Amino acid sequence: MLSVKDLHAEIDGKEILRGVNLEVKPGEVHAVMGPNGSGKSTLSMVLAGNPAYTVTSGEVIFRGKDLLEMSPDVRSHEGIFLGFQYPVEIPGVSMVNFMRAAVNAKRKYFGEPPMGATDFLKLMREKRAIVQLDNKLASRSVNEGFSGGEKKRNEIFQMAVLEPKLSILDETDSGLDVDALRIVAEGVNKLRTPENSAIVITHYQRLLDYIKPDVIHVLYKGRIVYTGGPELALEIENKGYDWIKAEVDAQDAIKGEA
Amino acid sequence: MGALDQYIDLWQEHSDLIVSNSPDALNRLRPAAASSLIEQGLPSQKDEDYKHTNLEKILSPDYGINIGRVKMRVNPAETFRCDVPRLSTALFLVVNDSFAATVGCREVLPEGVEVMSLASFARNNPEFIEKYYGKLADINNPIVALNTLFCQDGVVIRVRKGVKVEPAVQIVNIFNNSAPLLAARRMLIVMEEDSEAKVLVCDHTQNSDVDFCSLQVIEVFADKGSKLDFYDLEESTQQTSRLSSLWMKQEEGSEVLLDSMTLYNGQTRNEFFSRFAGSHARLKMLGMCIEDETRRLDTVSRISHDVPECTTDELFKYVVDGDAMGAFAGLIYVAEGASKTEAYQSNRNLVGSDTAVMHSKPQLEIYNDDVKCSHGTAIGQLDEKQLFYMMTRGISEDQARLMLKQAFMSDVIDGISLPPLRDRLKLMVERRFAGEKSACSGCQVGCK
Repeated sequence: MLSVKDLHAEIDGKEILRGVNLEVKPGEVHAVMGPNGSGKSTLSMVLAGNPAYTVTSGEVIFRGKDLLEMSPDVRSHEGIFLGFQYPVEIPGVSMVNFMRAAVNAKRKYFGEPPMGATDFLKLMREKRAIVQLDNKLASRSVNEGFSGGEKKRNEIFQMAVLEPKLSILDETDSGLDVDALRIVAEGVNKLRTPENSAIVITHYQRLLDYIKPDVIHVLYKGRIVYTGGPELALEIENKGYDWIKAEVDAQDAIKGEA
Repeated sequence: MGALDQYIDLWQEHSDLIVSNSPDALNRLRPAAASSLIEQGLPSQKDEDYKHTNLEKILSPDYGINIGRVKMRVNPAETFRCDVPRLSTALFLVVNDSFAATVGCREVLPEGVEVMSLASFARNNPEFIEKYYGKLADINNPIVALNTLFCQDGVVIRVRKGVKVEPAVQIVNIFNNSAPLLAARRMLIVMEEDSEAKVLVCDHTQNSDVDFCSLQVIEVFADKGSKLDFYDLEESTQQTSRLSSLWMKQEEGSEVLLDSMTLYNGQTRNEFFSRFAGSHARLKMLGMCIEDETRRLDTVSRISHDVPECTTDELFKYVVDGDAMGAFAGLIYVAEGASKTEAYQSNRNLVGSDTAVMHSKPQLEIYNDDVKCSHGTAIGQLDEKQLFYMMTRGISEDQARLMLKQAFMSDVIDGISLPPLRDRLKLMVERRFAGEKSACSGCQVGCK
């Protein structure tokens, strides 16, 4: 599905990712955890193609194709979805028009005609139900005046409509109360298939109680420094990151001396 | 020889012809207009108020003026169809500078409203013209002076006391000529007490490769309790220059919406001078200006609060691309006695290229402490975060830019009180940003 090899990336001349390696197979859910400032959000932005970040070396192969060659919209058509930590408000663009543009852009990419109005409304209704998103939000501007929980549910709703192959959920749990977290997580679980994969970026064990990951990675100083099974999340919850940081810093010190 | 000289010469050599072809009521102000121009000349760009409009350059081409009132061959009434579906208006035309009614346009209007040729109205009702013509427009304004010197026809809209006009009155100004032409267009709108009307003015140019100059003066009298929605939509060509000067007086309790929209133009200067003469009156001003290539648009507005408890709400938005230039200078003046004035002025602009230029000057001049006023301006680019967010959903960059520009104009478009016009404009603006040239698909002439 996704193969990231020695990925280095920077923003404003500052190197954030310093050699990320990551393999995601179809059907797998990977969690990426790590202390603040370790590069988690940068990884998601680089995979989605944010032009503010520059990839300086390394490669990313997504379903046999060079992902880094593609513009963000083509990545979306090819099956990448990024659930934003801070969904962007777009005043003046209604949710309906936004989704119609997104759906029809994808259809155009695959040589299909635009979706008819009835089918489109049916699709919206169907997908809204997955995250219990209020119908009233459809006529409003994208994310404008949405509560924190509504914004996150709206992200999962968009994910449901676009049916990605690989979903990258960047701190989808931040700013959510327990009920909203459950709705969002259940939404993600409903969309899981044996073919689709997900990368879930989170600070806390809490989300992983709902979305069961197959693999957990710890990102620190722009590299994946620790990879383990689901039990790693509990260990981090109990012990924090300090023990991992200490191990990595010690190794770096040895390398520095050598 | 300066550009003005050719107009002064024309007047001095042919004043007899102009006067003999015009009603006395229009001739009365011409000598004052001539002496104002001779004394003052044209303001240069060193004059702060004309910094962004080069009158000398705009007026220098050798335009023809139809002073002999030669009947034009064309009959655009047969070919012109403004493509606003379901907007059943009473449609009147001004071809170059001559008024023309269309078949059935008067039948749809109620009693108590007159939409007439200025020339014939002036002949039949000289005392009415005497009362209103040139009473607001300042003869020392160069656009007003030039217009007054050569104006021979135009439109009068008079809505009698208490009359509510349905449907909207639509005036379509058309340029159609094979040689360069200047049209001194004049419009006089008199809203009597408690009357209501919606007026839509559309400017079109049918020959895209001929130079035209529209020299326009509009005077609006909004009497007590009257309500007027005035829409002015320019869809002309790169080779059309437009100098427009609107003068308005609002009496007690009147409510006016002035909506100025520029979709396609060449060089345009739009002036708005408005004065509150009675309290509790409200003015809403909206501006939507889309400029690209080498188009230029200079908007000047001066709103004068001379009496207490009036409200102005002004919002002008520009999208400037390519090598285009946009300028906005707005002044709201609050006189000493104008307590409890509410006046808000905002100018927001998107600049889309490195070579596009936007000038903005929002001004308040307040001589009273008991007021609520604000003014502000913003010039910026499309939000990169919004663009990226849209692209991650599969929307192409071009499409995302288009949708964001459209969204930028949405609050101005939403301010339109005629739903069919609002819907139509949404589409026209979308097409405009998409780079489609033809705005009126139903029109066989296919002007821009």
